[in-house]
Amino acid sequence: MKHKDFALPALSRRFIHVWRRNRLVWRKLAIPSILGNLADPMLYMLGLGYGLGAMLPEIGGMSYIAFLAAGTVCSSTMMSASFEAMYSGFSRMHVQKTWEAILNAPVTLDDVVLGEAVWAASKSLLSGMAVLLVASALGLVASPLALWLVPLIFLTGLAFASLGLIMTALSPSYDFFMYYFTLFITPMMLICGVFFPVEQLPGWLQSAAQALPLTHAVSIARPIMNGAVPTGAMTHLLVLATYALAGFYLALVLTRRRLSK
Amino acid sequence: MEQLLVTGLRKSYGTQEVVAGIDLRLKPGECFGLLGPNGAGKTTTLKLCLGLADPDSGAITMLGLPVPERAREARARVGIVPQVDNLDPDFTVRENLLVYGRYFGLPEAQIAQRIPGLLEFAGLGARADARIQALSGGMKRRLTLARALINDPDLIFLDEPTTGLDPQARHVIWARLRQLLNQGKTIFLTTHFMDEAERLCHRLAIMDRGRIIADGAPRELIDRNIEPQVVEVYGDGAEAWAAAFGKGAAERCERTGETIFCYTHDADALVHDLDRRADLRYLHRPASLEDVFLKLTGRELRD
Repeated sequence: MKHKDFALPALSRRFIHVWRRNRLVWRKLAIPSILGNLADPMLYMLGLGYGLGAMLPEIGGMSYIAFLAAGTVCSSTMMSASFEAMYSGFSRMHVQKTWEAILNAPVTLDDVVLGEAVWAASKSLLSGMAVLLVASALGLVASPLALWLVPLIFLTGLAFASLGLIMTALSPSYDFFMYYFTLFITPMMLICGVFFPVEQLPGWLQSAAQALPLTHAVSIARPIMNGAVPTGAMTHLLVLATYALAGFYLALVLTRRRLSK
Repeated sequence: MEQLLVTGLRKSYGTQEVVAGIDLRLKPGECFGLLGPNGAGKTTTLKLCLGLADPDSGAITMLGLPVPERAREARARVGIVPQVDNLDPDFTVRENLLVYGRYFGLPEAQIAQRIPGLLEFAGLGARADARIQALSGGMKRRLTLARALINDPDLIFLDEPTTGLDPQARHVIWARLRQLLNQGKTIFLTTHFMDEAERLCHRLAIMDRGRIIADGAPRELIDRNIEPQVVEVYGDGAEAWAAAFGKGAAERCERTGETIFCYTHDADALVHDLDRRADLRYLHRPASLEDVFLKLTGRELRD
């Protein structure tokens, strides 16, 4: 690995060209894309929320489905950003050679990776917002305070986009992403407070959950959706921002190394 | 001023020196061809010139700007046709041009104004809304060429522009490239097709194992490096004939596959003898660039 691969990101507004390219593709299939992204989280939220929720007491002063709705907003954001950064990103980088074509123009690799990260976060923002809108229609959103979720969802999306781009930079093929889903995304779905409070877990598993980004997204999203001001919000935001920034830097270093070969 | 000036360029991957100290100089309005067998280092040389890889040593100036330091700015005035088509499969023909123009930061109005002319140049006026998958290989190449012109570049790089195309499609590409030269553009192309190089290029360099082993105008390269006449001999008895007669009558005899190539200044004796041999077929022709290429880069297969 060369010294130059570790240079700090040289950010420029040129990333917007890459972002617009991806948006133009997405626009052609926008409605099916949103509905497709919505189907899975909705099934979990409605099925478990009403089905399982009917047998459960209130959790921290809210119905189980309201509890689950906040978790689903975050997990849906995580899924959407991860899929876009990995499967779609890998297509553009490796299979279609779209990045190669872009790099022949006066655009740098730093611009491309930033464009991809912001695009994946933007797409995940739509997914998270779609769940939020449905939850709101079902009366599961307590107050306009929930609008604070918009920047939170975007930051969460950016964190998972960056982590996904690290995998993309390392991946030899699409199959590789299964490991990441099995070892990282699925465990997060289960231990980061989406379906039940983290406090239910044994101590060592709680500590593990505290290290993972999804826990921190859920920890802010849930009180906000329930009309309360979250406690320790700064810490949670700091963890998410660290994942986003450090993840982006690592993704960039690894992508530079991969493509400068 | 040179459009491209390269001195002492070197690049190694691992222990292999892919570019082993080359110098290049492209004057405005000229078509320069870099010839070489597969693996000679042509594509790596292009990547280095464009600032897409960093050289180990040497200096590159493209359009007056140092590369790789200011390669991005220099690329704003450069068009690139890569070896493998990387058109955007998610877009139509027109959208490919539009989106590519945006990468250059061109205003939308200017891109919109240029697209009809480029579609016409590529002969794709009627296919503007076609998807990329619906285009033939020749159409894709033409679109890739049109895409490289979206920024009205001064200097155009083409990496094996007609590889994989049928003869008709190749002639169309050549006609378009001549049109660009007539407009005063400078062209840098790599190829391993000798006819392409001979037709288009004002000046050539033959590259092998990372070095430039000969350069000059096509005619000059032929005159300087090889005997002017060639007699190709085919048939079962060709090798025996070469040993018994050809080697003595020609200045040089080479074998490639099942063909004997005799190089000479005066082919009369060879032709006279071959006319009496019913079992052998032959072709008497002037020496071409391909003869020079084979002489200088060797006849063994490159994989």
